[in-house]
Amino acid sequence: MATPAATLTAAGTGRAVKPLLHWQDRLAQGLLVVCCAALVVFLLGPLAMILVKSVQDKDGVFVGLLQFQDYFATPRLRQSIWNTLTVASIVTGITIPLAFTFAYALTRSCMPAKGLFRVVGLTPILAPSLLAAISFIQWFGNQGVLKGLLGGAQVYGALGIVISSIYATFPHALMIILTSLLLADGRLYEAAESLGTRTWRKFLTITLPGAKYGLVSAAMVVFSYTVSDFGIPKVIGGNYSVLAVDIFKQVIGQQNFNKGAVVSIVLLLPVLVAFVVDWIMQGKQQSQFSARAVPYAPKPKGWFDGLMFIYCTVVALLLLAVLGMAVYTSFIKLWPYDLSFSLRHYTYGLIDGGVIETFFNSLRMAFAAAFFGTLFIFGCAYLLEKTRGVPVLRALIRLLAAIPMGVPGMVLGLGYILFFNHPDNPLNDLYHTMTILVLSTVVHYYTSSHLTAVTALKALDSEFESVSASLKVPFYKTFHRVTVPVCLPAILDIGRYLFVNAMVTISAVVFLYAPDTRLAAVTILNLDEAGEIGAAAAMATLIVASSTVVCLLYALVTRVLLTRTQAWRKPVAAP
Amino acid sequence: MQRSPNGNAEPYLKLDGISKNFGKFQALCGVALAVERGELVTFLGPSGCGKTTLLRIIAGLETQETGTIVQGGKDISRLPAIRRDYGIVFQSYALFPNLTIFDNVAYGLVNRRKGRKEITARVSELLRLVGLPDSGGKYPGQLSGGQQQRIALARALATSPGLLLLDEPLSALDALERLRLRGEIRALQQRLGVTTILVTHDQEEALSMADRIVVMNHGRVEQVGSPRDVYERPATPFAADFIGKINVLPAIAVDARSFRVGDLTLAVAPVGIAAGGAARLYLRPEDIAVHVNGVAASGPNALPARVTKVEFLGAFCLVGLAPDVAGVPPLTANVARQAVDAGGFALGAQVSVDLPPSCLRVLA
Repeated sequence: MATPAATLTAAGTGRAVKPLLHWQDRLAQGLLVVCCAALVVFLLGPLAMILVKSVQDKDGVFVGLLQFQDYFATPRLRQSIWNTLTVASIVTGITIPLAFTFAYALTRSCMPAKGLFRVVGLTPILAPSLLAAISFIQWFGNQGVLKGLLGGAQVYGALGIVISSIYATFPHALMIILTSLLLADGRLYEAAESLGTRTWRKFLTITLPGAKYGLVSAAMVVFSYTVSDFGIPKVIGGNYSVLAVDIFKQVIGQQNFNKGAVVSIVLLLPVLVAFVVDWIMQGKQQSQFSARAVPYAPKPKGWFDGLMFIYCTVVALLLLAVLGMAVYTSFIKLWPYDLSFSLRHYTYGLIDGGVIETFFNSLRMAFAAAFFGTLFIFGCAYLLEKTRGVPVLRALIRLLAAIPMGVPGMVLGLGYILFFNHPDNPLNDLYHTMTILVLSTVVHYYTSSHLTAVTALKALDSEFESVSASLKVPFYKTFHRVTVPVCLPAILDIGRYLFVNAMVTISAVVFLYAPDTRLAAVTILNLDEAGEIGAAAAMATLIVASSTVVCLLYALVTRVLLTRTQAWRKPVAAP
Repeated sequence: MQRSPNGNAEPYLKLDGISKNFGKFQALCGVALAVERGELVTFLGPSGCGKTTLLRIIAGLETQETGTIVQGGKDISRLPAIRRDYGIVFQSYALFPNLTIFDNVAYGLVNRRKGRKEITARVSELLRLVGLPDSGGKYPGQLSGGQQQRIALARALATSPGLLLLDEPLSALDALERLRLRGEIRALQQRLGVTTILVTHDQEEALSMADRIVVMNHGRVEQVGSPRDVYERPATPFAADFIGKINVLPAIAVDARSFRVGDLTLAVAPVGIAAGGAARLYLRPEDIAVHVNGVAASGPNALPARVTKVEFLGAFCLVGLAPDVAGVPPLTANVARQAVDAGGFALGAQVSVDLPPSCLRVLA
């Protein structure tokens, strides 16, 4: 500097300034510590126990990798790895093209009834995966209507697992691909059109690259879902062994927790790989879409729209046939001998059978998971995104929040037994309670909910908290007066997501329920094992019905909210 | 320069030795500054110069690594934002979208346990003050950008803070609205007498609104002075280049009052650069006098030149000049539109140019 102004003095290298903490900062940071501690106890602890158990023998003596050697020396168990990966690959290979074409029709054609197709395409989410297995047994099983179509092949086994899994994973893939196709930039197509590009070339050079990350992400989700799912192979898998069922057999059948831990780690690996690939892809997808992009608007094209309409109709009918068969089975006397209408599966099978209580357990559990889960997940995401200080703790919470997506439910459930059933754990009173079912479910579905919350919070002006501080308004007041009302749609969405999943989940909770906290989805499994397929279908129908009611309620509440309390969303022309 | 009634009194806001790093990037490097009570100071500089960081440190939204801040005689260096006394307006307005304009302005008042009546009176007063008396029942999304920024200003002023901080408040607005709001904010600030700091990268905004301008670059203060000071007597090459258009002539000192530029010797106001020392001479385009049609310039620094370009800019034209003296770089002069219309500025025309010694600013 040539001539510094008179008022300036060079910097004194004084001591580093340590800011004073306001009690509100302390409060926020204290709450973050609580959030982090909760995630450590209910996520990291159980997972760590699996690692510990896998290198111990039954008496708790450290044996290194002996258990693993033992495991890989058993041909039947080795076969399970191969089986699991084969089935998951086939399911991924079929579901992704099916869902992509469906999503493509929804976004790029002008066919009629798009809204209806979208709803039908997503219905499998409302059903427990067991429902698909039961339904396919009804269609193609020993006494199935269309058994002849299989030409002597058995539906019990790989075939049954594959078709049931396609049904169960279809909506998950559809949602992800739909989102990535909706993100397309209409300007690219206009530019291509102005250059006289052919339709096929536009598809190859714009559509596919644009949806690439969504496709990979969907493939990873479908793959991990199939690898992790326990209900489908249990019901329709026959003698075809897969890893998720192996864990169940080791733990429940043979009470061999250590071997169960070993299988868990083997199961964890492919899912973790898929999870990491997905994580990387999601980061890329975000940077790909510019804020200035213009949504693509399809133009009517007769033959193409017609073709797409036919395709979607076929897929929708197939999906409805699966759901419909289960519902139908629940309302007839005795398949396939007496097809007359009857409520006996509900009255006799469920109520007199004494298992209707498990449906109410499920409802209680799902409402508790939706309520407390949303409270915790949104609150934690808020503290994470909108308060200041403790950067290391924040990074740790972010990491913990991302983990559950990469952990199969069976693994989490086994971790919970090992961790909470440990005599030295002060929390072991939780074991066999409703609370532990709620906790495991919230943790199991944490990542998606967390991402929904973070996305909604990031969309808010980052200066709201600064403005509040300048006006001397405590952060929690701004939280309840501004943040929560503005984020209400996202909050309700998280609640609905947790509810629906809590109703259908089986993998984590199958290890954790007690006789008086048994859940509906577990009951389906028991009824199926007992040969009560009508009652099992009735229970599945009840689950679908209650999830449907909650989803309709959600749609209704959101609509009322948007028109009434969120009047500010609708801009009126400025005067 | 505006001063408090007794010029010796402690300044209202005093910064000393403020430093801040973001990782390896040094955002601020030993910044010291004094702001008098009731004055409007602008932090002016290119993006990344540290001006917003400095404002956020004053607000307590960032913490400096070293340095002290004293506001109204009280050391606030370590205080959290919520304990400090200021109102703030952001470029994004940051109005709460789900609250009405009334509730937005009343946001800080409600928390101070004031009566409903008192709050209503204060809010109406503020809405009148910013010229939007009837907007209380609307939502922010229903107002234009300029109107939203007025409401943000009203909200910041509602609790009568001792210090008003404006972080690029006009940058998101269109040109016309920006111009209008610029005048309104300045008038309001003068009427209320509130000490104000305005962060901007727009030199015109800084020149037109400020009592004093703090020119910043690379985390350092380059110059502090009144708008005229900074424009007419830039203290550093950066200040000279950043604010307004300026001609730069590399020169060698001949003696205390003359410099050589190529084959030309220019007289300047006396400076303390030893003979043979290198320096640069700075001259505003509007300070160059251009004589046409064979009229010779009469000043001591006259030189012949040829017109190379005439760029029409409305009220005046920028005239490109190629001096007919070896080693003198091309010059740009401002010439009034009427003068250009009068003729003599055809491309290639011979002119006589005068570089007034009093206007040549010498910087080492």
